[in-house]
Amino acid sequence: MGYKAKFRVWRGESGEGRLEDFTVEVNEGEVVLDIIHRLQATQAPDLAVRWNCKAGKCGSCSMEINGKPRLGCMTRMSTFTEDETITVTPLRTFPVIKDLVCDVSFNYEKAREIPSFTPPADVKPGEYRMQQVDVQRSQEFRKCIECFLCQNVCHVIRDHEENKPAFAGPRFFIRIAELDMHPYDVRDRRPQAAQEEHGLGYCNITKCCTEVCPEHIKITDNAIIPMKERAVDRKYDPLVWLGSKIFKRSS
Amino acid sequence: MERHEYDVVVIGAGGAGLRAAIEARQQGKRTAIVCKSLFGKAHTVMAEGGAAAAMGNVNPNDNWMVHFRDTMRGGKFLNNWRMAELHAKDAPDRVWELEAWGALFDRTKDGKISQRNFGGHEYPRLAHVGDRTGLELIRTLQQRVVALQQEDEELHGDFEAYIKVFAECTVTRLLKDEETGAIAGAFGYRRETGDFIVFDAPAVVLATGGIGKSFVVTSNSWEYTGDGHALALLAGAKLINMEFIQFHPTGMVWPPSVRGILVTESVRGDGGVLRNSEGRRFMFDYIPDVFKDKYATTEEEGDRWYTDQANNRRPPELLPRDEVARAINSEVKAGRGSPQGGVFLDVSTRLPAEEITRRLPSMYHQFKELADVDITAEPMQVGPTCHYVMGGIEVDADTQAASVPGLFAAGEVSGGMHGSNRLGGNSLSDLLVFGRRAGAGASAYVNDLTRRPVPSGVEEAKAEALEPLERTGGENPYEVHHELQRTMNDLVGIIRKAEEMSEALQGIEKLKERAGNTASTGSRIYNPGWHLAIDLRNMLLVSECVARAALLRQESRGGHTRDDFPTMTAEWRRRLLVCSAAPDGSNVKVEEQAQPSMRGDLITLFERSELEKYLTEDELAEFDAALENAVKES
Repeated sequence: MGYKAKFRVWRGESGEGRLEDFTVEVNEGEVVLDIIHRLQATQAPDLAVRWNCKAGKCGSCSMEINGKPRLGCMTRMSTFTEDETITVTPLRTFPVIKDLVCDVSFNYEKAREIPSFTPPADVKPGEYRMQQVDVQRSQEFRKCIECFLCQNVCHVIRDHEENKPAFAGPRFFIRIAELDMHPYDVRDRRPQAAQEEHGLGYCNITKCCTEVCPEHIKITDNAIIPMKERAVDRKYDPLVWLGSKIFKRSS
Repeated sequence: MERHEYDVVVIGAGGAGLRAAIEARQQGKRTAIVCKSLFGKAHTVMAEGGAAAAMGNVNPNDNWMVHFRDTMRGGKFLNNWRMAELHAKDAPDRVWELEAWGALFDRTKDGKISQRNFGGHEYPRLAHVGDRTGLELIRTLQQRVVALQQEDEELHGDFEAYIKVFAECTVTRLLKDEETGAIAGAFGYRRETGDFIVFDAPAVVLATGGIGKSFVVTSNSWEYTGDGHALALLAGAKLINMEFIQFHPTGMVWPPSVRGILVTESVRGDGGVLRNSEGRRFMFDYIPDVFKDKYATTEEEGDRWYTDQANNRRPPELLPRDEVARAINSEVKAGRGSPQGGVFLDVSTRLPAEEITRRLPSMYHQFKELADVDITAEPMQVGPTCHYVMGGIEVDADTQAASVPGLFAAGEVSGGMHGSNRLGGNSLSDLLVFGRRAGAGASAYVNDLTRRPVPSGVEEAKAEALEPLERTGGENPYEVHHELQRTMNDLVGIIRKAEEMSEALQGIEKLKERAGNTASTGSRIYNPGWHLAIDLRNMLLVSECVARAALLRQESRGGHTRDDFPTMTAEWRRRLLVCSAAPDGSNVKVEEQAQPSMRGDLITLFERSELEKYLTEDELAEFDAALENAVKES
């Protein structure tokens, strides 16, 4: 049942590295992460990889497998032919720490830039009343496991380091959308903020983020496009424009 | 060496750790969160079913007393009753508080938090979000930490002024003040660089979770190496109830690479049934005497219960986890298992396909992607998997303080709350309730200090951590780890015997020697081989505690089943087993300690007829006296 597979894994640290070839046993039902673990246990004990749950729930084992951003634990070996060489490399958008492990601190910094959930002051814990239909839209975005594959694949930052300071990325666009659609969030979340402060305007809807999302969140259709439409409506609708001039918010 | 000063250092960033850190920061303490993984990846994300809290949203008859009774029954009355009481009372507030921090639970028709059925809970009690409740919980707490950091940024110009996360950082030793013996900080290394780091702090909260990585078949991630258990033991604290390990009845059994991965109990809570190879719903054959009057005896009654709970008893698939796990084990041993060595768990003939994908989305996804099984069309194959350790650091129920001054523990790493077996759903509520209490306990402790303790032992801790890298030609740590996992799985697993446990203890002795001779190649930068060599100390120490305590307890109760002592005895219920060790991990001792009698107003919540199944004659006399007092007072 088992066979020997050819693996090519990126190895290196401190800015230097190369692809290293391995021949390694594969058994029925295994996933790429199993093979990486077998390499650790038998051939390369210091091979660095992040992982936790091994069931697609924690979003730790993000890597690029034959150039495609994937979770190692959810990529079955049976999707490859036995004579295929499988190339495993770290996420390209973030600096490599060692082997398959990247410095993803960019994402944690961006998380802090999104204003947090702000409940009304007069509703006490235990008094929240919401209908299932009203929470469902935000719940879709809260399925996010923060694997950062969407951030990695997004061409706005994948090939353009210079865009990083101004661009929050798809993971955080769905966070903004989630809060905007939260029935009890009272903070003013005008779409212009997403557009201007968090870089929504850079996105040109190629849907790469939606395609790689292991949770199948419709990032583009359900979060990005509706926000873009509203941002545009506000900006170009003459009545809204006039209204915003007449009833200008004090803030 | 990198050095930081804090008021409270929380080790572990799962639900308990984050809730403790939030509390400490809210009480004005400068707080560090130190965790082995990235922020937001802790094991809590894998919790599926929900958080048990007697809010009474679905069945208004529910209240803390019913929850308390269920918890005590589930733990076979071995629980620290004060913890079970606090847990049942505090849990609703802790769940509601999450909503005010942005959590979005599934709803009832009248807009409240929906609650689902689970094993051992009399009423629908688990607040949930589909089958990804743990993710919701950890994300909410993570985002609460960020919200507090944003507040601090506005006030002090620094996100990390009062609460900072040290991600991918492993603590290898707690540091103590030589003069007073109190906790003075923690020593560890940054996984990314291998550089050492010292935390100078008068209070440490351990929230490191469990020990499952000492077993082959487990639902636990690599992080579950018993770090907190070992750190506490080495610092002079005690571990209690270590013989009790929960084998969750339903782990995946195929393919081999996913063996042990959890299949949520919600599958059964929402109507799924267990069948053997003959198609029989075998759980009806395994209802133990203590639960006889609470569970349906026919399939018809069990099925009616899902829609009419007032007039029917619950199906035996919803017995506490220890009962179901043993039943599955017996069916497989009797040759009535499924082709891949489990039993069948079927929801496909019980609910419409769209209902299954709505209620159990991640189970659908998990089986589809990992096993090529469509759970809306065919049954799953499942079997027991090492899931949770009931045992842990002995703590004060109200403050979560351990016996060493300055040391606190919350969540799975603490012991007592769940007795001999934890009910599903009581873990997420446990970590919220006692996480908050530990954060508050640590803050109060710091307030009362007259001087800051001075850490000692840094050089020794550094030398210990470097050993595996300095050895050449030693053994591969992965081999030692695999051998330990096999030993614990085969010899101290779900069914135990004296001779096998003695054999395990001999094996552990040999493995200790081998672990002391492991060598790690490569640099200090993100080196998993080195990390594992360090973790082995903890796994071996905790495994020894489990095996020693299990060998001593000559009865079967909850998560401890003895082939040679198959019954539960009232005498043993009064005895708790407590482990201690020397600072170098040697001289592991297990001693008996008396279980304190339950407070009168709590014990009289039970019927005498039920207590007779658990208590000694002396204890029943105490119960009669308490009842008489209660009557007099009213």
